[in-house]
Amino acid sequence: MSETGRYGAIAVALLLLATLPFWMGNPYYINIASQVLLFAVFALALNVLVGYAGLVSLGHAGLFAVAGYAAALLLQAGHGHFVADTAAILITLAASAIFAVLALRATGIGFLMITLALGQIIWGIAYRWASLTNGDNGVNVSTRPAPFGISLSNAPSFYFFTLVVFLLALATMAMFVRSPFGASLRGTRDQARRMNALGYNTWLIRFLAIMFSGFWTAVAGLLFIYYNQFISPQVAALTTSAEVLLMVIAGGTATLLGPITGAIIVVIMKNVVSAYIVRWNLVLGVIFVLIISFMPEGLVPGSVRLWRWAWQSRQTRRHTSAAQPVKERSP
Amino acid sequence: MTALALDHLCKSFGGLRVTRDITLAVEPGERRLIIGPNGAGKTTLFNLITGELAPDSGSIRLFDRDITRVPSDRRPHLGMARTYQIITLFPKDTILRNVMLALLGLSPLRWNPFRRLDHERDLVARARAALARVGLEHLADRTLSQTSYGEQRRVEIAMALAQNPRLLLLDEPFAGLSIDERRDVRQLLQGIPRDVTVVMIEHNMDVALEFAERVTLLHFGEVIVEGTRAEVVANPRTREVYLGD
Repeated sequence: MSETGRYGAIAVALLLLATLPFWMGNPYYINIASQVLLFAVFALALNVLVGYAGLVSLGHAGLFAVAGYAAALLLQAGHGHFVADTAAILITLAASAIFAVLALRATGIGFLMITLALGQIIWGIAYRWASLTNGDNGVNVSTRPAPFGISLSNAPSFYFFTLVVFLLALATMAMFVRSPFGASLRGTRDQARRMNALGYNTWLIRFLAIMFSGFWTAVAGLLFIYYNQFISPQVAALTTSAEVLLMVIAGGTATLLGPITGAIIVVIMKNVVSAYIVRWNLVLGVIFVLIISFMPEGLVPGSVRLWRWAWQSRQTRRHTSAAQPVKERSP
Repeated sequence: MTALALDHLCKSFGGLRVTRDITLAVEPGERRLIIGPNGAGKTTLFNLITGELAPDSGSIRLFDRDITRVPSDRRPHLGMARTYQIITLFPKDTILRNVMLALLGLSPLRWNPFRRLDHERDLVARARAALARVGLEHLADRTLSQTSYGEQRRVEIAMALAQNPRLLLLDEPFAGLSIDERRDVRQLLQGIPRDVTVVMIEHNMDVALEFAERVTLLHFGEVIVEGTRAEVVANPRTREVYLGD
């Protein structure tokens, strides 16, 4: 796509997103859009590890839940939103650092298993440490914040707030991916040994990537509790980690649009399609199987590949037909 | 001052002693060739020098500085660069991006998450200059996977040279190359300035002996012969364990 075309597409997408509550109308669907955006932030955060660092985490729901629980419990204890949210982000960063120190003892399947175990520990704490977390009954969040005095209590205002956070996340990710540090991180994914021999501290690069991912996971966790105004151990469960990982893989790892596309598919399937199809999980499974079978690189890179192939085929046909001489009809 | 000094260096993998009490001194600017049959411990020795492996005992000094406990990622910052026996580059990136990564490795810029790498004009210009040095500037924007094996070998050497090393370790730079490619790489190595000390592992004796000033023969992790080209080739032990009759 040309530079002009790309900017045009971005402008149209921004216009659609900025006007969504006006043309969508129904608050139910506006709330679905908020969910898509907050899960897109979560998926983008996980994509930093899965896509750019080559580190597949199955414990990110644990960090997501740490942020949610920390904020919810602090709010319940009577603290204000600013204190609760700031503390929740700092606590999640501390948890991310512990995750990183333990999980970075390995890469590949080892990293995946350690993060899975750490995520399960957090789920276990949320579920069993009832005196702190209220166990299966969860924790209620009675109010949403009102940044700059703007109430987020209705669907459109919460949507716009989530949209601003989503765009911030997307902008920082885009900057990160193109930066020297982003290049360093991708290098550790592709040739860690070589990167080490070139003078890069591969461990520290991966550690910082986990912290960056942890920060945006915490932000997504805060959006989640303000959206639902409730958190329970289910949020920290393995299924949540797997769901977000599927968003990233289905949409396309190491792309910015991939995790967003994955979030759209999963959230719409869970919330909209499930209203019409009882076995919506089966449909979601079939969709994933189809994506992995026909576009193993994910929906976004796969679609780009198909588009290029179709375009090149069309160009080739055009050149071939132009090169063929026109046969003269005999009288 | 010695460029590289190994003192009673030992390394074992379980019961297998792969490096046995190696003591070696390479002078600044020297071209040293390390030879030995397969399994002699040549690449292990390189891995010990670069810090990829930690020695069980002994010490390593780089220009009189003890680097035995210096982490491997810090050693390039002290002037050490290496190439690998099996090419380990970034096949999905362009040749230019590969060399830029080498330059970035020694720059504090590598930690910067805010600037755009492609807008770093100085870095791009230095990478292009490094490619021009090995005659690959015209391929700078080509994806590495679309280049020949010989060109990839030259990219690897360009990346090492781009870091302006004081000590360059070359692990079988002629392995798998055609006659023409070998000629190109030989010319490239001959053009390395004298302020760079070069230690090279190589099996291809035709090109390697021409390049080397002193030769060290390893056998079962031990230095068994060391001397000038003529001395080592003439030594009966060399014929016995390596060259054959």
